[in-house]
Amino acid sequence: MDFAPSFALVAPELLLIGAGLALLLVAAWGGDKVARPMAIAAAAALFGAGFMLVPGLHFGTDGPATLAFGGLLKVDSFALFAKALIYLAAIGALMVAPAFFTSAAAGTERVMRAEYPVLVLFATVGMSIMVSANDFMSLYLGLELNSLSAYVLAAILRRDARSGEAGLKYFVLGALASGILLYGMSLLYGFTGGTAFTAVRAGLTGEMGTGALFGVIFVLAGLAFKISAVPFHMWTPDVYEGAPTPVTAFFATAPKVAAVALTARVAFEVFGAQVAAWQQIVMFTALASIIFGALGAIGQENLKRLLAYSSINNIGFILLGLAVANQTGAAAMLVYLFIYVAMSLGSFVALLMLRGEDGALYETFADIRGLSVTRPAIAWALLLFMFSLAGIPPLLGFYSKFVVFQATVEAGLIAFGAIAIAASVIGAFYYIKFVKVMFFDEPAGVVTGKSETGHWALLGLTALIISPIGYLLTPSLTDLADKAAASLFLAV
Amino acid sequence: MEGLPILTVMMLVPLAGALACLFAGANAARWIALGATLVTFGFGIVLWSNYQIGGPQWQFTEKADLFAGFSYALGIDGIALLLIMLSVFLMPICILASWDAIQKRVGEYMAAFLFMEVLMIGTFAAQDLFLFYVFFEAGLIPMYLIIGVWGGDNRIYASYKFFLYTLLGSVLMLIAMFWMVAEAGTSDIPTLMQYNFPAEAQTWLWLAFFASFAVKVPMWPLHTWLPDAHVQAPTAGSVILAGVLLKLGGYGFIRFSLPMFPDASADFAWLVFILSMIAVVYTSLVALVQADMKKLIAYSSVAHMAIVTVGLFAFNVQGLEGAMIIMLSHGLVSGALFLCVGVIYDRLHTREIARYGGLAINMPYYALFFLLFTMASIGLPGTSGFVGEFLSLAGIYQTSSLVALVSTTGIILGAAYMLYLYRRVAFGGQTNEDAAAMGDITAREWVMMAPIAAVVLWMGVYPESFLAPMRADIAVLDARLAAAAPASDAQLAPGTPRAEAANALPQHENTDHAGAKEGAH
Repeated sequence: MDFAPSFALVAPELLLIGAGLALLLVAAWGGDKVARPMAIAAAAALFGAGFMLVPGLHFGTDGPATLAFGGLLKVDSFALFAKALIYLAAIGALMVAPAFFTSAAAGTERVMRAEYPVLVLFATVGMSIMVSANDFMSLYLGLELNSLSAYVLAAILRRDARSGEAGLKYFVLGALASGILLYGMSLLYGFTGGTAFTAVRAGLTGEMGTGALFGVIFVLAGLAFKISAVPFHMWTPDVYEGAPTPVTAFFATAPKVAAVALTARVAFEVFGAQVAAWQQIVMFTALASIIFGALGAIGQENLKRLLAYSSINNIGFILLGLAVANQTGAAAMLVYLFIYVAMSLGSFVALLMLRGEDGALYETFADIRGLSVTRPAIAWALLLFMFSLAGIPPLLGFYSKFVVFQATVEAGLIAFGAIAIAASVIGAFYYIKFVKVMFFDEPAGVVTGKSETGHWALLGLTALIISPIGYLLTPSLTDLADKAAASLFLAV
Repeated sequence: MEGLPILTVMMLVPLAGALACLFAGANAARWIALGATLVTFGFGIVLWSNYQIGGPQWQFTEKADLFAGFSYALGIDGIALLLIMLSVFLMPICILASWDAIQKRVGEYMAAFLFMEVLMIGTFAAQDLFLFYVFFEAGLIPMYLIIGVWGGDNRIYASYKFFLYTLLGSVLMLIAMFWMVAEAGTSDIPTLMQYNFPAEAQTWLWLAFFASFAVKVPMWPLHTWLPDAHVQAPTAGSVILAGVLLKLGGYGFIRFSLPMFPDASADFAWLVFILSMIAVVYTSLVALVQADMKKLIAYSSVAHMAIVTVGLFAFNVQGLEGAMIIMLSHGLVSGALFLCVGVIYDRLHTREIARYGGLAINMPYYALFFLLFTMASIGLPGTSGFVGEFLSLAGIYQTSSLVALVSTTGIILGAAYMLYLYRRVAFGGQTNEDAAAMGDITAREWVMMAPIAAVVLWMGVYPESFLAPMRADIAVLDARLAAAAPASDAQLAPGTPRAEAANALPQHENTDHAGAKEGAH
């Protein structure tokens, strides 16, 4: 068997693995002193890997030529789109990390551990494999590579109790989710006789038995855990709050993209013949995520916790696109993902910039009172992010809601869309609370510290993307998302 | 003027001003804002003078396919023209009203107002359904900030209420828009206005749009955000809310609900009538017992807007024209009344009616303006209020004499609460020393009040200037509605129509066809 074409297809992953291993050696000898250059090198590797995706993204790839290693992986336009987004998010998470870990915000250690960039790289490789999986085996491998790296990342502040707690919680619940997923996969294997997506799909065509149905439901439940959709969302607020903020920014973006892309691929490519079996489950999950994500956020005082609920809420809107179960819906979902990544990355960067004189991080509502007077630039950027998350035009967050709801209504799910959009108003309540606290209240005056250039750059870039100027991106974004969604439906 | 995209320019000028204000100091921001709004008003005059009455229905059209799903399509008819004129006319006055009253974060305040102006012009000029929604909804952001940052003591509650009420109303409309665009295959508003949606779909679509516009207008019982928002907003914020933002609801009915869903509009006319009748009587009575001046005027707005909705759903020319004139008149008059409140609020920092009294003695010019606007609000002949209310009620009388009867009580009650307010503030003895020591209006305040007073009288004495631009559009709308118009209970026996229009001069006889048609009723 000639592996050359396969290796060519996974060249970005190979680059990342190579970079990860090399950096591991550097870390072993260089120690924590070289963490910052390592982060830059890792970001460069991610950038290089992302660059390799450009031709495929531009021209669109699908069909048998995208299958690698005898059909274990499928590097089609859909995978490329998700990968590009994941790499960008990972670069963001690397950019914001050094300033955080070396400041008082990081607790007593005040040092960036050299493992951080390595773990981010390995997690990214895992996610790359997830989104291009074409077989339950490779799916699980990618998922675990990502998850195991993520558990460690959550607990990377070893002397911080909250960080340790977050890591442990994430691990226990993540392991449970993996168990559920594995059980579902084993059921599907038992009832269809294969682990390859095509084989399972073939086995699921026609009348579906109860056992196979259980398999479908368990697989979806396991994946719902990973994307933190209601009712499998409980771990999210705790993990988001406890993990160091750069890690939270990473969790809220890249793994979300990977897990959502994976869910979409499994739903359409594997269970595509049984849409009726899963569509209602996804519809319920979407609505429940929107409503509980919004209700849960209302009482929160901690901003990271609040953004965790906000991400649950957003997953609900992303799942709307999945629930539509057609190509337009899938494309809408991808557009939403892109805009969601920009919004959450921006919001977390803004949180990272809320520092005191000594560099300590502030993360409750009480701390950002009157921020518009003390730090107007951050406050205005946060205002844009919050209104954008609430989906108020003319910010780009409106466009993301626009496309998913348009897909929902065009598919005839009008009542479903109407309920979902009415529930989005609940979400607006806590987004505007952000603005209220920053703009209407008297200044608390604790956020006085300086922010580093990298933060400003990322904040400016994400704010520019979600501002009305970002609409200039929409034609090419729509084009890429359409290509990606089309390749997802080629198998059908 | 050929080739100049004047509507875009009218939006770009305040937009540029807004961006400049964000970075300017307090005083510079004031002058930039005043300059930008005056330039925009100047363009507005150019717009009006170049508008061809009796020309094509949609003028000054611009179109560019910008983003996926949106097209940047602008264009106005007479209805939109007049509402745009109202917005650009009130804007410089708002800036002047905030000149001294706003002392903190002036740049951001002025920027918010200029953004508001961009969005208002955009809403009225948009010819693409989604573009309209973007402008319509985006107004929430600056208004939320204006109420929340520069408002009164209870501003946070008011700003939340304003934001969430209006947002909930409009998101359902968005779902309806998606359906309409999927069904009709276009998001072009003029096309959709002639598109016949299936009757059962119209019902749902109408309700979805109603949810949005009824909150904006606001109709009873969805009006409760209005008194809160009005009372807490700074003076200029109240002027813009009452003057223009409430008109978005009426504009929505006249541009979307009526022409796009005529059958459903006819079916639901009873609902509008019942809600409007309750609003007229109930909110007028509520206004009668208010101790807070702004709250009183806010409740009076609800009552006046109820007469607008009654007129709109009368399904005849008089009703529609009357509704439009009330919207314009109310925009000027209630805006001016809020300015009057602002003038004395700036001096005494209270809106409580009982704290004033006998102002006619120490502030005679103020009392004069206040009286004029009070009378205009009541609908005294010779002022703009009379024209609008008369036409509206004449229109509704043809459809339902009961609704006309109940709505007319609004005028009596309106006279009651407005005169009562005026008596307590301007007449009587000078019971409060500090109120008696207040000086008369300043030159700046003269500049704010006098133009509004002039237009109020102009509209009251010669309404033809304002009726003429929209006559053709109203006729088109009336023709569209004719098939669906509900049966009338008034059993009118029309007399012999006069040969020419009431205002026709002999030499105009051959040209004034539209006017002649008007006289036929």
